[in-house]
Amino acid sequence: MAVALVLVLVVVGSVLFHLLSPWWWTPIASNWSYIDNTIIITFWITGVVFAAVVLFMAYCVFRFRHREGNRAAYEPENKRLESWLTIVTAVGVTALLVPGLFVWSRFVNVPSDATDVEVVGQQWQWSFRLPGKDGKLGTSDTRDVTADNPLGVIASDPNGQDDVVVEAADLHLPVGKPVKMLLRSIDVLHDFYVPEFRAKMDMIPGSVTYFWFTPTKTGTFQVLCAELCGQGHPLMHGVVMVDTQQDYLAWLGQQQTFAQLSAPQQTGSADQAPGNTAASGLKIAAKLETVGSR
Amino acid sequence: MVDITPADGIPPAEVAEVELYHPHSWWTKYVFSQDAKVIAIQYSATATGIGLVALVLSWLMRLQLGFPGTFDFITPEAYYQFITMHGMIMVIYLLTALFLGGFGNYLIPLMVGARDMVFPYVNMLSYWIYLLAVLVLVSSFFAPGGPTGAGWTLYPPQAIMSGTPGGQDWGIILMLSSLILFIIGFTMGGLNYVVTVLQGRTRGMTMMRLPLTVWGIFTATVMALLAFPALFVACVMMLLDRALGTSFFMPAISEMGEQLQHNGGSPILFQHLFWFFGHPEVYIVALPAFGIVSDLISTHARKNIFGYRMMVWAIVGIGALSFVVWAHHMYVSGMDPYFGFFFATTTLIIAVPTAIKVYNWVLTLWRGDIHLTIPMLFALAFIVTFVNGGLTGLFLGNVVVDVPLSDTMFVVAHFHMVMGVAPILVVFGAIYHWYPKVTGRMLNETLGRFHFWVTFLGAYLIFFPMHYLGLMGVPRRYAELTDMTIMTESAHHLNSFISIMAFIVGFAQMVFLFNLIWSIRHGREAGGNPWRATTLEWQTPQTPPAHGNFGKDLPIVYRWAYDYSVPGAKEDFIPQNMPGSFGPSREQA
Ligand code: HEM
Ligand SMILES: [Cu+2]
Repeated sequence: MAVALVLVLVVVGSVLFHLLSPWWWTPIASNWSYIDNTIIITFWITGVVFAAVVLFMAYCVFRFRHREGNRAAYEPENKRLESWLTIVTAVGVTALLVPGLFVWSRFVNVPSDATDVEVVGQQWQWSFRLPGKDGKLGTSDTRDVTADNPLGVIASDPNGQDDVVVEAADLHLPVGKPVKMLLRSIDVLHDFYVPEFRAKMDMIPGSVTYFWFTPTKTGTFQVLCAELCGQGHPLMHGVVMVDTQQDYLAWLGQQQTFAQLSAPQQTGSADQAPGNTAASGLKIAAKLETVGSR
Repeated sequence: MVDITPADGIPPAEVAEVELYHPHSWWTKYVFSQDAKVIAIQYSATATGIGLVALVLSWLMRLQLGFPGTFDFITPEAYYQFITMHGMIMVIYLLTALFLGGFGNYLIPLMVGARDMVFPYVNMLSYWIYLLAVLVLVSSFFAPGGPTGAGWTLYPPQAIMSGTPGGQDWGIILMLSSLILFIIGFTMGGLNYVVTVLQGRTRGMTMMRLPLTVWGIFTATVMALLAFPALFVACVMMLLDRALGTSFFMPAISEMGEQLQHNGGSPILFQHLFWFFGHPEVYIVALPAFGIVSDLISTHARKNIFGYRMMVWAIVGIGALSFVVWAHHMYVSGMDPYFGFFFATTTLIIAVPTAIKVYNWVLTLWRGDIHLTIPMLFALAFIVTFVNGGLTGLFLGNVVVDVPLSDTMFVVAHFHMVMGVAPILVVFGAIYHWYPKVTGRMLNETLGRFHFWVTFLGAYLIFFPMHYLGLMGVPRRYAELTDMTIMTESAHHLNSFISIMAFIVGFAQMVFLFNLIWSIRHGREAGGNPWRATTLEWQTPQTPPAHGNFGKDLPIVYRWAYDYSVPGAKEDFIPQNMPGSFGPSREQA
C-alpha cells in the first residue's frame, strides 16, 4: 500500500517540480530555439513514458501484492504483446530522432553569409580574432606563439596582417548577423559555452573546430569554459557583448590589428589594455593562490 | 522423488570430475584462497572499503558545491582531485570489481552448478592484482602533489600538464599504473568467468536455462574483455607521453608562454580510445545489474520472468550495440560533426532493447504475487531510477539536444541516476537477497527498511532536481560557483539542499554497514532457501555452501530457472534440479 502510494507520489512530485520549480533555462539569445523545441518534445515523450511505467508499477504493487492464498499467473511469453511494445517504442524513438537529426543538419551546415570569428582558449582566458578588411583570417600555428604574438598568427601570411586581435578582453558581436565561431586552443582542451546561445564546442590544441549561431538579442553574456582545463577551469569566464550594428562598429574601430600590435617599438599608447599573455594567465594563477591560502 | 521421466534427456557426464584444490592451512583457506566464494568475499570487502573513500569524497565535493567559500581546505586543486578519485573509484574499483569480481565469483559457479571456477589459481591471482591496483591508487593520496585531478576521463593534454593537480607530479603516473594493474587482474578473472560459463555448466544446464544473473555477468565480462584493452593501450601511451616525452596525444603546445617539447599528437585519439572502453563500461556495470534485478523480481513476485528469451537477446543485443555508440560522449568534442548523425542513430536504437527489458520487468509484476521484501523494494526502486536515468539519456543521445546540455550538471544527474544510483540499488537488493546464503543469517529487517527508504528517496531528491541546474546551464566540474551570472540565488539554495540530502543518504549507508556486520552473529537463522527460490545456489546441501559447493554429486538440471507458480505443482516454486514435469513446464531452448 505505502509502496504503491510512494510510487504515485514520485510521479506526481516529479511532474509538479517540473511545472512549478523556478529553475529553468535562461532566456534564449540566439537562433537555436529549434534546440529548445526539441528539448520540449523530448520532455513530453519521456515524461509520458516515465509516468506510464511508474504508475503501472504502482498499480501492480497495489493490485498484486501478496495476500494469503494468492498465486501468481504463469505466463512465460506473449509474442504479440512483446512485438507491439517493440514497435511502439521504435516509433517513439524515431519521433525523437528525426527532428533531432534535422536540427543537427542545420547546426553543422554553416550559412554562407556567416562571418568568421576566431576564439582562442588558453589557461585560463579567452582571446578573439576577427578578419580584417579582406574578410579572411590569416593562418596560425601554436609554435608561433610568443608574448608579442599570443595567438600564434603566422606573420608571413598576408591575410593575417589586418586581422583584429582582441587579447584577453571582451568580444563584441553585431546582433542579427550569423557568425561562424572558429575555435582554437594553444594549450589544453577548453570549451566555448554561452548558455544563452544554447551552443558549445570543444577547442582542441592543434585543430580548428567550429559552430555557428545568430545572436538575436543585444546584451552582455557570460562565457563559461565547459571542458575541464586544469585548476583555473571554474574561473575561466569571459564576456560576449551583443551590440547594435552601430555600437559594434564603434567598438571595432578601437581595436588593433595584428600588424599594429606586432609593429616594433610599440609605445604603450593604445587606450585599451591588451595585457600580455603571461600576465593574464598569472592573474588567475594568483587568484588561485589566494583561494588556496584563504 | 516423483517417478516421472525428466522433461527432456539429460546428457551423460562427458568428463570425470576434476579433483579440486584443497587448502591445507588457514592461510590457503582464508587468505590465499582458491575458492571462488572466498575470493568473492575478498573482492567485495576491498571494493566496499575503497567505495567508502569515494563516498567520503562525494561529501567533500558536496560541501563545496552546497556551501561555496565556506570550507577553506577545499581548494579548486583539491576539488578536482576529489572528483577524479570519486568518479574513477565508483566506476572501476567499486562497481566493476563488485559486480564481476564479487557477484561473478560467488554466483557463477553456484548458479551453473560447478564446484568452482575452472582456473582457481588464476582466479586467486586476479584478486591479489586487483588489491595491488587499489593500493597503488590509494598511495597517490600520499604521494607528492597528491592524486591526479584530471577528471575521471583523464583527457590529455591537461592530464599530464602542470596546470592540473598531479599532472607533473606522481598523481597521473600512479593512476595510469593502477588502471593497468586493474586491467591485468580483471583479464585473469574475466577469462575465468567466461570459460566457466561456457564449459563448467552442470549436466542439463543449457545456455537457455541459465538464470539471467549469469547471462548479465557473462555478457558484461565478454564486453569487458573486449573493451578494457582500449583503455589499456591508452594508459600505456599516456604514460609514455608523460614519462618519456613521446607525443601520442600531445600536439604542439604553448603552456603559460612556454613551448612544450611535443608535436603532432592527437588529443582526440585518446578520447576515442577512452570512450571505446568507456561506453561499454557503462553496460559492464549495467548488464549484471539487469540480470540480477530480473532474478530478484521473478523470485519475489513468485512469477516467471516475462519473456525470458527476449531478455537474453536484449542483453546480448545491448552488449553488441554498445560497441558502436561510443562517440555519443564526444558530440561536442570537436570531432567531425557529421559523425553525429551515425552515433545519434545507433544510440537511439539501443534504447529499444533497453526499453524491452523495462517492459518485461514491469510485466513480470503483472498478475504476480508480489512479496514486498527488501530485495523486491530495491528492485522496484531500481526500475524507477533506471527509467528516469534512461529517459534523460534520450536527451543526451539525441546529438543536437546534447549541445546545450553536454558538460553541465544535467549530465552529472543523468549518469548518476543511470549508472550510479540504479546499479547501486541492485547491489543493495542483491546483498539483502544473497546475504542469507553467504552467512546463513538474514539481515535485520527494520534497519533494512530504513536503509531502503532513505537511500531510494534521498538519492532521487539529490539527482532529480540537479537536472534543472544543468538545464539552466551550470557546468559540471566547477569547483567555484561564484560570479556565475546565469545562477539565481535560489539555484544556490537548491545546491545546499542537494548537499544536505547527500549527507543524509551517506549516513544511511553507515546504518547498512552496521547491519552487515551485526547480522553475521545476531541475524535470524535463514535456513538453506529462505526465499523459496529455484536456482541452484539455494539447493546446496550446506549453507553457507562448503568447499566444492554441492556435496558428493553435482546437481542435474531439468528445467529453466523460472518455474514459479507453475499450475499443477504443489509449491509455488520448482527448483531447477527437481526432475519431473508439472503442467506446462517449458523448455526454453
Ligand atoms: C549519493 C552518492 C553520490 C554523490 C552525492 C555523488 C556526488 C558527485 C559529485 C558532487 C560529483 C562532481 C560533480 C561535478 O562537479 O562535476 C560527482 C562526480 C562523479 N560521480 Fe558521483 N556521487 C555519488 C555516487 C556516485 C556513484 C555511485 C557513482 C558510480 C558510477 C558515481 C560516479 C561519478 C562519476 C563518474 C563522476 C564524474 C567525475 C568527473 O567529472 O570526472 N558517483 N559525484
Ligand atoms: Cu578551459
